[in-house]
Amino acid sequence: MVIDDLIEIAEKERAARKKHVVRCCMAAGCMSSDSKGVKEALEKAVKDAGLEDQVEVRGVGCMKLCCQGPLVQVDTNEPGATVEITTGNQGPLYQRVTPADAASVIGTLKGGKTTVQCGDPKDPFFTEQFSIVLANSGIVDPERIESYIAAEGYQALHHVLREMTPKDVVDEMIKCGLRGRGGAGYPTGLKWATVAKTPSLQKYVICNADEGDPGAFMDRSVLESDPHSVLEGMAIAAYAVGATQGFVYVRAEYPLAISRLQTAIKQAKQQGLLGSGIFESPFNFNIDLRIGAGAFVCGEETALMASVEGKRGAPRPRPPFPAESGLWACPTLINNVETFANVAPIVRKGADWFAGIGTEKSKGTKVFALAGKITNTGLIEVPMGTSLRKIVEVMGGGAPDGGRIKAVQTGGPSGGCIPADALDTPVDYDSLMKLGSIMGSGGMIVMDETTRMVDVARFFMEFCMDESCGKCIPCRAGTVQMHGMLTKILARQATVRDLQKLEELCEMVRSTSLCGLGQTAPNPVMSTLRFFRQEYTDLLKKDLYGGPNGNGNGEPKPAPTA
Amino acid sequence: MGACRLCLVEVAGIPKLLPACTTKVREGMEVQTNSERLRKYRRMTLELLFAERNHVCAVCVANGHCELQTLAYSQGMDHVRYDYRFPKWEVDDTHPLFGMDHNRCILCSRCVRVCWHIEGAGTKNVSGRGAKARIISDLNQPWGTSDTCTKCGKCVMSCPTGALFNKGSTVGEMERDRGKLEFIVTAREKKQWIAE
Ligand SMILES: Cc1cc2nc3c(=O)[nH]c(=O)nc-3n(C[C@H](O)[C@H](O)[C@H](O)COP(=O)(O)O)c2cc1C
Ligand code: SF4
Ligand code: SF4
Ligand code: FES
Repeated sequence: MVIDDLIEIAEKERAARKKHVVRCCMAAGCMSSDSKGVKEALEKAVKDAGLEDQVEVRGVGCMKLCCQGPLVQVDTNEPGATVEITTGNQGPLYQRVTPADAASVIGTLKGGKTTVQCGDPKDPFFTEQFSIVLANSGIVDPERIESYIAAEGYQALHHVLREMTPKDVVDEMIKCGLRGRGGAGYPTGLKWATVAKTPSLQKYVICNADEGDPGAFMDRSVLESDPHSVLEGMAIAAYAVGATQGFVYVRAEYPLAISRLQTAIKQAKQQGLLGSGIFESPFNFNIDLRIGAGAFVCGEETALMASVEGKRGAPRPRPPFPAESGLWACPTLINNVETFANVAPIVRKGADWFAGIGTEKSKGTKVFALAGKITNTGLIEVPMGTSLRKIVEVMGGGAPDGGRIKAVQTGGPSGGCIPADALDTPVDYDSLMKLGSIMGSGGMIVMDETTRMVDVARFFMEFCMDESCGKCIPCRAGTVQMHGMLTKILARQATVRDLQKLEELCEMVRSTSLCGLGQTAPNPVMSTLRFFRQEYTDLLKKDLYGGPNGNGNGEPKPAPTA
Repeated sequence: MGACRLCLVEVAGIPKLLPACTTKVREGMEVQTNSERLRKYRRMTLELLFAERNHVCAVCVANGHCELQTLAYSQGMDHVRYDYRFPKWEVDDTHPLFGMDHNRCILCSRCVRVCWHIEGAGTKNVSGRGAKARIISDLNQPWGTSDTCTKCGKCVMSCPTGALFNKGSTVGEMERDRGKLEFIVTAREKKQWIAE
């Protein structure tokens, strides 16, 4: 494969484009409501209408508004018009399509009418999105590499291998200001630089696709919708740091993502875009899949590496960091799916372009999985610094049935709840941290007035308790105790002393646990205590005996403010 | 290992607490090993351990020779403020020489490590996670039916509590010969068994 071959594939793909492209979502959300049947029915309808030479029915990745799935969108390319194959042209967006609707949807192309519910592509949910990571999602066919190549795919890899030294690539990544999308927000360029400068005969690149947070589905969608963008990002990273072997660690609960990745890897190898001598350069890079058995803790990087090595998935203390001693004690670069998906666009459009998006300390965009009590459930990608209000009220359409939003939970079991009166907070790493939450990998759960915050705290504590690996004591035994105390509070059996004990334990587990799971497990409790303390104290039993923490008249002493 | 979190220390300039057992010392490092905060955390960690399983010292084979008990004394842990969980764990007495009482196990994994790295038998392992984690023999079978166990007794020597014991010992009788393990490891490292 040389660049001419790549261009030829892209040209051929563009030339084969038909007048109408009927895009049918084939990501897990819509597949679960039978989009496969819809696609087959659409294909049959096209045949029956004799429109095969004019209409292409294309299975694509997530079209973002998952709650209205199965989604079907129809693009019309006027002859001679230069509507980009890579963007779609925002034709009618059919929602909740059933196989029985197929004939009437295709009928519209011949001037017919359809009664299928039609969404508004001009809704703020779509127009306020800023797509980098999701640019191809819902547009390209994730099962055909040609479709990705036609959308400028693998050009960045070629550029890097042919025109840039590994050091140039690392510098570019530092300059663009990208930070890790897996949760902690560590600067990606710095991580690459550390791996690059650690001498070793063997290095590895790992893509963390474990995605264990309840409510999060961004990484799955990216893998299902545009797997090649992740592979290309990994290959660029491997070149920059000097690695020859990559692994994608993906959980077994994502069978569709796994099969799309397998297809993508196979096609990339056939085209010579993975393997030895890529683009006829001396660069070799292979990617293999490793399937996790679905433990949340296996998303933690050291546990993940132990799991890849075939060991028990338990974290180990850092340092040494994976960048110095990782997989089989070799320097290892480990990044999140979304982090890798950002790489090729950054190379293609330049670090300055990327650094111009977002806020001073958080560059680029972030994908969020909007879920919970919100009208538009689905995937959104917005520039860093967009306010929460815009995300949940303007784009998300607020709580359904006129309900009032009470809080937004970000960061899953490691994050916190942001109360409605702080909705004007810009979403970036540092602002969320200040509110006692974290960006996390991008799960965003909206809660309305009917949600009891102590329940929320207990739900997440139960999750952490079940998912703790059991290696270190504060997390293994502390989460059990905290869960017990929350249960006691909910049963109205706890006193103000129990609440104090809970707060003390939160602080201790956070400070003494070995890995991020335990260190962040108290966050949902601490943040709900910070903003919704009243809900806890309302549930307390009065301290009738006026013990050391009571004041003798049955009223609890005001709890110390943090 | 860095897992029990009892040896956490404060290092000047580093916001996180570091486990002394896995942290390399550096020239000029300023280390606080016994601050008020650390003592408090240690006590809490020990309380969590005592509440987690059933540690009834008065009827334990290791009473008086137990590292957990000794640590609790040294840290002034005179009572446990957390609710005892009273879990129901079984006792495995299928082995001809040794017994294992899961009620007293603190999951330090010393037995697993000696079994794999010093004896090389690979009988002991950890299965399950979180509070359900437990030490198993071979493929989660009664210890007495294990094909790999060489009956060397190193796990029993290494166990800090009364979880692993020699059969036939009763309350307070289970003294460990830790010197033997140390002797084996040192002799191996210094190649004392290889004739000149
Ligand atoms: C308990 C726990 C779970 C984690 N789960 C994930 C995960 O599912 N996906 C992920 O990308 N990172 C996860 N991380 C973060 C990783 O340890 C690591 O920081 C990340 O993969 C680094 O990639 P980045 O620099 O691109 O963010 C988790 C961390 C912890 C402590
Ligand atoms: S904090 Fe929890 S998950 Fe992490 S090492 Fe400790 S027990 Fe395991
Ligand atoms: S050495 Fe004893 S306390 Fe430690 S894990 Fe083994 S049985 Fe449990
Ligand atoms: S899965 Fe079909 S729109 Fe998201």
